[in-house]
Amino acid sequence: MSWETVCGLEVHVQLSTRTKAFCACEAVFGAPPNSRVCPVCLGLPGALPVLNDRAVDDALLAAMALQCDIARVSIFARKNYFYPDLPKGYQISQYDRPLASGGRVPIDVGGELREIPLVRIHLEEDAGKSLHGEGETQGAESRIDLNRCGTPLIEIVSAPAFRHAEEAGAYLESLRSIVQYLGISDGDMSQGSLRCDANVSVRRVGATELGTKTEVKNLNSIKMVEKAIQVEARRQIEILERGGAIEQATLLWDDRREEVRPMRLKEDAHDYRYFPEPDLMPLVVDEARLDRVRGRLLELPFARRARFVQEYDIPPYDAGVLTASRELADWFEEVARASGDGKAASNWTMGEVLRVLKERGGSIRDFPIAPVRLAALLRLVREGKITGSAAKSVFATMLSTGDAAEAIVEREGLAQISDQSSLERIVDDVIRENASQVETYRSGKSQVFGYLMGQVMKASRGKANPQVATRLLEERLKSGNPA
Amino acid sequence: MVTREQVVHVARLAKLSLNPQEVDRFAAQLGKILDYVEKLRELDGVETDELTHVAIVDTPLRADVPRPSLPREEVLSLAPRADRETILVPPVLEGGGEG
Amino acid sequence: MTAAESRPALWPIPRLDQALEQGEITAIDLVNDCITRIDEWNETLNAFLFVDRQGALQSARESLDRRRAGRSLGPLDGIPFALKDNIVARGMPATCGSRILENFISPYDATLTARLKAAGAILLGKLNLDEFAMGSSNEHSAFGPARNPHDFARVPGGSSGGSCIAVASGMAPLAFGSETGGSVRLPASFCGVVGMKPSYGRISRSGLVAFGSSLDQIGPVARTVSGIALALRAVAGLDPDDATSHPAPVPDYFAALASTLPRMRVGVVKEFLGEGVDEHVRRTMEHALRTMESFGCELQEVSLPHAEYGVSAYYVVASAEASSNLARFDGVRYGYRAKDVATLEELYTKSRSEGFGDEVKRRIMIGTFALSAGYYDTYYGRAMRARGLIARDFADAFAKVDVLASPVSPTPAFRLGDRIDDPLAMYLTDAMTIPANLAGVPAISVPCPVAEGELPVGLHLQAPFLQEERLLRVAAAFEDAAGAAPFPKALAHAGETR
Repeated sequence: MSWETVCGLEVHVQLSTRTKAFCACEAVFGAPPNSRVCPVCLGLPGALPVLNDRAVDDALLAAMALQCDIARVSIFARKNYFYPDLPKGYQISQYDRPLASGGRVPIDVGGELREIPLVRIHLEEDAGKSLHGEGETQGAESRIDLNRCGTPLIEIVSAPAFRHAEEAGAYLESLRSIVQYLGISDGDMSQGSLRCDANVSVRRVGATELGTKTEVKNLNSIKMVEKAIQVEARRQIEILERGGAIEQATLLWDDRREEVRPMRLKEDAHDYRYFPEPDLMPLVVDEARLDRVRGRLLELPFARRARFVQEYDIPPYDAGVLTASRELADWFEEVARASGDGKAASNWTMGEVLRVLKERGGSIRDFPIAPVRLAALLRLVREGKITGSAAKSVFATMLSTGDAAEAIVEREGLAQISDQSSLERIVDDVIRENASQVETYRSGKSQVFGYLMGQVMKASRGKANPQVATRLLEERLKSGNPA
Repeated sequence: MVTREQVVHVARLAKLSLNPQEVDRFAAQLGKILDYVEKLRELDGVETDELTHVAIVDTPLRADVPRPSLPREEVLSLAPRADRETILVPPVLEGGGEG
Repeated sequence: MTAAESRPALWPIPRLDQALEQGEITAIDLVNDCITRIDEWNETLNAFLFVDRQGALQSARESLDRRRAGRSLGPLDGIPFALKDNIVARGMPATCGSRILENFISPYDATLTARLKAAGAILLGKLNLDEFAMGSSNEHSAFGPARNPHDFARVPGGSSGGSCIAVASGMAPLAFGSETGGSVRLPASFCGVVGMKPSYGRISRSGLVAFGSSLDQIGPVARTVSGIALALRAVAGLDPDDATSHPAPVPDYFAALASTLPRMRVGVVKEFLGEGVDEHVRRTMEHALRTMESFGCELQEVSLPHAEYGVSAYYVVASAEASSNLARFDGVRYGYRAKDVATLEELYTKSRSEGFGDEVKRRIMIGTFALSAGYYDTYYGRAMRARGLIARDFADAFAKVDVLASPVSPTPAFRLGDRIDDPLAMYLTDAMTIPANLAGVPAISVPCPVAEGELPVGLHLQAPFLQEERLLRVAAAFEDAAGAAPFPKALAHAGETR
């Protein structure tokens, strides 16, 4: 009697081109309302669309990275419907001849790597925004801002291949990471540069036919997507178990109540009357363009993560954190290569660097310590020139002064004491001055060692090389010889 | 032949409101026109490709370089109803747009 | 003195260029002549919807200064022109003959407008049309029907009625209309002036309010073919703002008229001289064909076997595209918004229902129907296939002949009100012009000589895609042999003969 959830996701990714898809208005986030529109994106009479060259390249790059089949000729189409944030009364999109078809997205579900198959990727334009009655107006009018109209989007349609909500989350993480690596979008759901609608249906385990699906919208974060899939699947199962039928519908996710409710539009409004866009020629993708786009392909997140594990001998979890963004991965890798110590680079990046970054805000690109400089600090530690704990204070000083590690160590005399004779002297002094603890140790209470080491560190003002000092102390204590 | 229901349905899709006399009149006129257009059926057996564009030409795409937008005052002055920043309309039903 | 000689606005444009350059007349004289005609006849004929006297005189002054300083911008510098009111000009209304745009002022220039301004031409104002260019008689304007200057009880033809009236009556030596199914050639034929439709993509559509996007083309209207050639040369060519504009270089259409015409093979279209062609039209056509033979044309019969499907294909395709193109007129961002609307739905339906006329509503509904779920293949798909067949017919015909000849329409100008209640009869008016729009080939209407008191009839010539040079040369040769365009007797002053 058990049920299986079947889910597909439609993801819209806003491309970060400088201008819009069909006109030369700046495509920027956060500009004053209605300050980035022109006759074309405003839908004035007589205005015509002209396709953005870069948007085509960015879309092709995504298609290549996701291993799609690229259509040499694809056609734009009009999707006709009325809405105040849609100036022309239609959206320029692609219908039966999209830019790319097939493809797959790699995902990591709790450590297990899988692939989600795609159906298609196509190019289209974004609509504007309607803000609800705030600002100057009294009463319940809606306020329309058309800045976003015409921003280029790619729509990535997955196959109905998701069986668990967490797969959806993993998919969105992966897509976000990939588009960010490719440099074509921030892929940020909280800013709206990545949006997701879920198509959810259920069926009995073992059934081959798909159940009736509903479309769930208004999902503004990965958590919401996962929750909504679970809630909607449960709702459908309850209906079916009662003997009812699922009505195909578009539903809105209400995150406060954690439930779905039907959109208040009639279904027949969704006859989009698609037909080929007469104002745009078919898009012909030639070899020259494909070569140019291919030149922009780079190592993708999962591949990079796997390589980090191999090359720098770090755990998968750490590699995952370090490859979360391309910038971070690049930054870390510079440190790793320059210092020759991937493990240390990983620990420091994940530890001190990310901690400071979180406190201060800002991006890794603007981190006050350059990767080569952190690498220099790590080399000092590895070569035994300073202790690990000294390094932490040097790091802090590097942050506040901007000076190089070597200069700080020199200036503050933090160089670790590693040479045998100096340490021997210190160890012998400590042994002589702590005769009773030494006795206690020699009588078998080895815990006292910690206290004695502490004294060595104190006497050396923290600069004793711990490994060498430990060895010397041990030897001296064993041999029983006073200095 | 075009029925009243079809006329009403199409009018609704096109956001036109028709009074009952108009519905009848348009049903008759549209029916006559569409009957005439049925003529196209005669070509059903004939071999041909659908002509999506008259002449498929490699017209250049647009470089990704910004040009100045319209000044906001000009945009808002065109609108029948606007405040200092936005165009105003009766309340929009939540989530009624599309993806 | 004939009416033609006494009114500079009736002179051929090359002659005007010369006169302006030599100081025989000034641009100010010319603009004043146009305005005088407009003041005298526009109330009767309703050609102009908007006249910019101040602006035109200002531009005339600037042109005069340029010409005097020897810095003419070219042959169109100082030439007054007017635009069909579906072509935008910055700061001027663009009503498209509709209530829904009654108070709309365009913030930008059409590429056509910009190129004409750059050539020094002087914009007089905006011209009447069938609402949104949907019509064949200029009776469907929200601002009143326009009238044929040869007989005020008759239609001027449409949808570019205003454009052809203006040139026929001496209100402007040059005008621009637009075609989707023959809307320049038809009124040109009915009003006795030269009107052409270039190849699809030859003139930029940026700023031409879209009706049937895959069919629309701007078309110049003038008194002579030489005027058309100068106008076309100035405005044609690739436009980065129109992705459907054609990149082919623009030849010097005017210089081409000077060279001797070789022997031309003229295909007389069998399907367009059958029954249903009015006697006056038939006789005039036959005379015109004899004239063509007289300057060296070799006539043969050709067939456009699928032409009979043209009207059906056209009405589906044009209406489908129009239903989508007119969705932007929704009362939200510009144009007419109905009063007292409480909901968004009401805003849309009331604004559109109150703003659009019946013919526009009809076309929107046909188009919506043809594209709607379940009907796409039945209507739109079939229409596009028919279109392909018609394009092939032209290609086949042009393999045998150089140009095609036929009437423009089965009848001359009909009486106001005759076809207004029968949309289908109205649509059949365009049966001969529509195929050229469907195939994208260039075509022209040149006035035939007619006896005094007879209604104008145009000779319809069509040429292969991008062969405007050939088309204009044949048209010019016909014009030379046939004589000047008739001036409307109804407008002649006492003491002026035709």
